[in-house]
Amino acid sequence: MASLAVLILVVLACLAAPLYAANVAHTDAFASNVNGTYTLNGVTKPVLEASTEGLGLGVNPIGPTWNITTFFLGADNQGRDVFARMLYGGRNSLFIGFVSAVICCVLAGIVGVVAGYFGKGVDAVLSRAMDVLWAFPVLLLAICLSVVLINTTITVGPITLTSSSLLLPILIIGIIYVPYVARPIRGQVMSLREREFVQAAVGAGAADFRLLRRELLPNVLPTLIVFLPLMTAINMLTESALSFLSIGVQPPDASWGTIINDGVGLLYTRPMVAIAPGIMLAITAVALNLLGDGVRDALDPKARLRGSI
Amino acid sequence: MSEPLLDVRGLSVSFRTRSGLVTAVDGISFQVGPGEVVGLVGESGSGKSVSMLSVLRLIDNPNCVVGGEVVFQGQNLLELDDASLRRIRGQEIAMVFQDPMTALTPVYTAGWHISEQIRAHEKVSQRAAMDRAVQLLESVGIPNAADRVNSYPHEFSGGMRQRVVIAMALSCNPSLLIADEPTTALDVTIQAQILELLRALQKEFGSSIVLITHDMGVVSQMSDRVLVMYGGRLVEAGPRRDVMRDPLHPYTWGLMGSIPPTDGTRATRLSAIPGAPISPADTDRDRCLFAPRCRFATDSCRPEPALVAHKPDHSDACVLPFGERPALRLQAISPLGVRA
Amino acid sequence: MLRFAGKRALAALLVLFAISVLVFLIFFATPGADPAARIAGRNASQETLQQVRESFGLDKPIYVQYLVMMRHLFVSRDLTSFVNRGSEVLPQVWAAIPVTLSLVIGAAVLWLVLGITMGVIATAARGTAIDPIIMIVGVIGISLPVYWLGEVVNLITQSRLHDSVFSWVPPLGYVPLSDGVGPWALRLFWPWVTLAVLYAGIYARVLRSEMVGAMNEDYIRMARAKGIGEWRVLLRHALRTSLIVIVSLFGLDFGALVGGAALLTEVVFGLQGIGKLTYDSLTNFDLPVILACVLYAAFFVVVANFIVDLVYAWLDPRVRHV
Repeated sequence: MASLAVLILVVLACLAAPLYAANVAHTDAFASNVNGTYTLNGVTKPVLEASTEGLGLGVNPIGPTWNITTFFLGADNQGRDVFARMLYGGRNSLFIGFVSAVICCVLAGIVGVVAGYFGKGVDAVLSRAMDVLWAFPVLLLAICLSVVLINTTITVGPITLTSSSLLLPILIIGIIYVPYVARPIRGQVMSLREREFVQAAVGAGAADFRLLRRELLPNVLPTLIVFLPLMTAINMLTESALSFLSIGVQPPDASWGTIINDGVGLLYTRPMVAIAPGIMLAITAVALNLLGDGVRDALDPKARLRGSI
Repeated sequence: MSEPLLDVRGLSVSFRTRSGLVTAVDGISFQVGPGEVVGLVGESGSGKSVSMLSVLRLIDNPNCVVGGEVVFQGQNLLELDDASLRRIRGQEIAMVFQDPMTALTPVYTAGWHISEQIRAHEKVSQRAAMDRAVQLLESVGIPNAADRVNSYPHEFSGGMRQRVVIAMALSCNPSLLIADEPTTALDVTIQAQILELLRALQKEFGSSIVLITHDMGVVSQMSDRVLVMYGGRLVEAGPRRDVMRDPLHPYTWGLMGSIPPTDGTRATRLSAIPGAPISPADTDRDRCLFAPRCRFATDSCRPEPALVAHKPDHSDACVLPFGERPALRLQAISPLGVRA
Repeated sequence: MLRFAGKRALAALLVLFAISVLVFLIFFATPGADPAARIAGRNASQETLQQVRESFGLDKPIYVQYLVMMRHLFVSRDLTSFVNRGSEVLPQVWAAIPVTLSLVIGAAVLWLVLGITMGVIATAARGTAIDPIIMIVGVIGISLPVYWLGEVVNLITQSRLHDSVFSWVPPLGYVPLSDGVGPWALRLFWPWVTLAVLYAGIYARVLRSEMVGAMNEDYIRMARAKGIGEWRVLLRHALRTSLIVIVSLFGLDFGALVGGAALLTEVVFGLQGIGKLTYDSLTNFDLPVILACVLYAAFFVVVANFIVDLVYAWLDPRVRHV
C-alpha cells in the first residue's frame, strides 16, 4: 500500500537525521549559527545575509538552495539548516505521536473493557468520568495541563519529570484522548457481552479474567489496532498545535510544531521555514489516515469509526 | 382465462460476479389474472423474491441483468422509461415486503408515509391525504386510527406495522399487490390475522395478489393458483386444489411432506428433502435442477425438462411418466408412515 | 420532548460543575508548585504572594478554595489578574466572546452547508470519479494543521497575492458587527474558509458513507416501490436519516472547534476572541485569565452540546423516549 510506503519513507528519513546532519550537510541543527557561512558551487557566503527589504537594514536568513548538500530549504533566523532541523523535529513529532497513541489505546482498551464488561456501578463511574473528560475541549485541557506542569518538576515515586521531558506531552496527549477510543470499545464490549458465545462461557462457569482474555480481547484487539494509526495522526497534530503555542515540546528540542512556530516570524520573507514542516505533517497524517482505513478494511469492514472514515 | 393482468414471459435475472454469471431466475413464464391470488412457493434461494422484485425493477444492483418480458396493461415493464415506471409503482402495482421492522423510514410517522404515497400519484392536499390515511388505517384494523396516524414506526408492534404497510400499499387502489413473505417475520398468531386481512381486502378491492412464500400452509389458505419454484425455475403450476391434492413434481411432494400433519397418525419424525438447495452459482443447468436430490432421478433427467401440462391447466417439469406419479408419490413417503 | 429537554439540561449543568471542579483541581491541586506562585505569575514579590493567598483562600481546605474561586468568577465577578497588575479578567473575557462566537458560528454554518452539499453530490455520483475525489479532499482536510493552513492563507492573501487577486482582503483583525455587516464579514471571510475547509471534507465523507449505507436499507427500496422519484428518495429518506449521524458528529466537533481549532485560528488571524486571550495569557502564564477563558469556553461547549442533543431528538424520534 502506498500509504505504508510513504510512512516508512518519512520515518526512515527522520531517523536518519543525525547521519544527514553530520555527513551530508555538515551542519549542527541545534546550535545557534548566526555568524555561520555556507558553501555552494565553490562560493562561500554568510548564512544571514543583508536584507533587501525596506531600508535594507536588517538581516535575512537565506532561502532554499535546493541543493541537498547544504541548506536545502534555507536557514531560520538562528542560521540553522531548516531541512536538517526538520528531520530532527520529525523524530520527536513521530515519537510523541506514536507513543501517546499507544498509551491512549492501551488505557482506553482497559477502561472500555472494564466498563463494558462489568456494567452497572463500575460502568456508571467510568462512563461519567469519561464524559467529563471528553466534555472538556481537548486542546484546552491539554493547554491547562501543560501550562501547569510545564515549569515544574514532578516527582512521583522514583520517576522525576522535568519540564523539558518529552514524557510530559506524551502523557498529556495520551490521556486526553482516552474517552474518544474508550467509548466505542465499551460499546463493542457491551454488545459482545450479550452474544451467545460469551453467555455460554459464563454458563460454563468461566472466571471473569479468563473470559476477558479469551473471548473479549481477541474481538477488541482489532478495533484498537485500527485506532492506532488514526490516533497517531490525531496526536501528532495535537502535539504540533501545543508546540506551536509554545507549550508542547520545549527548546532546545524541536518538533514540527516548534519549527512552524519559528517560521511564523519569517513568514512573509522566508515562508519555507513554516511551510515545509506543515507539509511533512500533512503528508504523514494523510498516510496514517489512509493506513488506518486500509487496516480497518482488512480487519473489519463493518466497523464505523469517526476520524478519517 | 380473460386478458391476464400480468403476463411474465421468459423472465430471467442473473448477476455478474467475479466468478462469472450467476443465475437467480432462469426464464420463468406465468400469468396473473384480474382478481386472482397466485401463490409463488419455493425455498430460500429459489428466486421467487428476485423474480417479483425485478418485475418492478427494484433491484438496485448495477451488475444485475434482466431478460425476458413482463407485460402489464399492454406495456413491457422491463423496457419502460423511468417516469412511466414510477407511475405504475405504488399506483398500479404495489409491494409489501417481508420485514415490517425495516420497511418504513423511521423518522416519519405512519400518516406521513401513507400520504407521501398518495400524493406521489394523485393531486390531493396534505390534509385530504391525511384523512384518507386515517380511513386506510381503520380499514386494516388498527384501533384508534386517528391518533395512530401520528405515531412513528417504532411505536407499532410488528403485526400492526405490517398492517400499516398494507394500508400504504393499497392506498392508491393498485390492481396488483405483490406480497413478499408478508408474514414470515411475524408471530404465528399474527400471521393468521394478516392473511385474513389480505384476503378480506382482496375481496373488497378486487386486486390480484402474488403471494410469495416458502410456507405451504400459507399457500393453502389463500391462493387460487400455485406456482412452485426451484433453483430459479418453475417446476409446477396449477390451481390450488389440484396442486395440493395431487402434486405432480417430486419437489412438491417433498414440500407437502414436510408439513407436520395436524390430524391422523402423529409424526414420529418429519420427513425432510435430503440434500441442500441448489446454489445459484452452480453452472450445470442443462438438466433438472432437482435431480441431485430426487430419489427417482434417471439419465433422462438431462437435458432440462420442459414445463408440460399433463392435465389442462396443471403443468409440471418432470420426465417421470404421468400415469405413475401417484404410485411414485406413495413411495416417497418415509418408511415411518408419515402422511405425505 | 419537554421532559427530554429537562433531563438534558440537568445533565449539562452537572457536566459544567464537573468541568469547573476539574479545572480547579488542575490549577490548584497538581503537585509540584505552590498555587500561589502559579497565580501570581513569575517573579512575584512576597506581598503579592500573600495577597494571592488571601484572595483565594489558599490556606483553607480545598473545597473552600473551590467555592472562593467560584465566587470570584460568578458572584462578585472581581477576578483580577496579578500579572497585569490588577486588570479585571471578566470584562476582557466578556469582550472576547462575540468575536469567538462570530468566528465559530460562521465557520460552522459554512462547513455544514459545504460538507452536506458535497456529501449529497458524492452519494448521487457514487461509482463515478467524483466519489474518490471527495474522499481524498476529506482526508487531506483533516490532516492539515489548522494553524499552518491559516498561516499559508495569510501568506497568500496578505503578502504574495495581496496586490493582485486578494487586494480586497483587509488587514488582520476583527471588526464588530455593529460597524456594519460588510466589514465584519470581510475580515472573517478567510478565517471562516480556513476552518470550513478543514471540516467540510470529513463531513462530506461521513455523510456519503452514511447515505450510501442508508441507500441499501429496506426502507429505501420500499420508498422506490411507492413510486417516488429518485431525488426525493435521496433527500427526503436517505439524507434525513443520515443527518442524525452528522448532528452527533457536529456536537463532538463543535467542542473541539471552540477549544482548539478556533483558538488557533484566532491566534493566526489576529482575532481578539477567547482563544487569542487564552494564548496571550499563556505566554505570560497569567493563570486567572487562563482559568476564566477555559471555563467560559467549556461553558460554550456544554451549551452547544445541549442544543445539539435537542436537535438530535428532533431529528430522530426514537431517541425521545429514552
